Amino acid sequence: MTRSKSIRGWLLLAAFAGGFVLLSFLFPTQGERAADITWTYFLDMVQILPAVLVLMGLFGVWISKDAVVRHLGTGSGFRGMGLALLMGTLPTGPLYVAFPMADMLLRKGASVRNVVAFLSAWACIKIPQELVELRFLGPQFMALRLGLTVVFVALMGWSIEAAIHWMERRRAG
Amino acid sequence: MSATALLVNGLALGCLILSLFKDRGKTGDALKAAGRSLLRLGPAVGMVILLIGGVLGFLPEGTVSRIIGSGGGFGSTLVVALFGAVMYMPALVAFPLAGSLLAEGASVTAIAAFITTLTMVGAVTLPVEIKILGRKLAFLRNGVSFVVALIIALLMGRILS
Repeated sequence: MTRSKSIRGWLLLAAFAGGFVLLSFLFPTQGERAADITWTYFLDMVQILPAVLVLMGLFGVWISKDAVVRHLGTGSGFRGMGLALLMGTLPTGPLYVAFPMADMLLRKGASVRNVVAFLSAWACIKIPQELVELRFLGPQFMALRLGLTVVFVALMGWSIEAAIHWMERRRAG
Repeated sequence: MSATALLVNGLALGCLILSLFKDRGKTGDALKAAGRSLLRLGPAVGMVILLIGGVLGFLPEGTVSRIIGSGGGFGSTLVVALFGAVMYMPALVAFPLAGSLLAEGASVTAIAAFITTLTMVGAVTLPVEIKILGRKLAFLRNGVSFVVALIIALLMGRILS
């Protein structure tokens, strides 16, 4: 992430804020409501975001990528799948960090099933992020989405593995 | 402060203290990384908060529920899912946006579809994924993820509404 990219982000935010202020001048009544809502969400974010980022930072330094790859290894069956899902939920970085790890795992002989489950869990379940989901979408929504995601990610790993094996057999035969 | 905010802050504080006792250097690195993430995420967070305020404040009441409400049907869910697949937005920022739309009358199905495709399907990261994991695995994973996201969304809509 380069410095100029970050500066561009802040400039874009300033432009956004400018537009917001302009709209508020044009529509004062709605503007007041919009400002109120923005302030409420701002307070919510200030209360939760720094703590979430600190948690992610701590996970990052205490659980190295190597350790994740080492633990995942080539375990099979339910244990292997469970471990793949669990390791995927550890907040150790964005998705593109997980691609080289997945590649390493495949080279080490891990099953496609587990690697796909690992990648998908990495993409959509992050433990500290789930707390943000809990805050803004409520316990029912968060728990149900989490449960369904775990089930379907496991099914997905299995079906993608079957599809890849089928394609390979067809090419060989 | 909400119960969740208390829980998150308590958890972060506890882990921070534990980490400080074990290794000061590593804890410092973790805090630096957190600071960097804050600087990097800051603009996105600010823009989404302004967007929430703007959508809820300036748009006439009922707009959100008319476009992606329960009356929108499968078509609107599909559009929202595609939007989530193409967009690149950190999940941390997407949750408040999703929550505000839900409160404004968007359907559970549409919101679940948006969050799930946003996180699971990565059109922006697809080139990297292809380069590292190969075309076959990358396309299969993203394609199946999209379908799975829709199934999850439809199930959630059924169960929660």
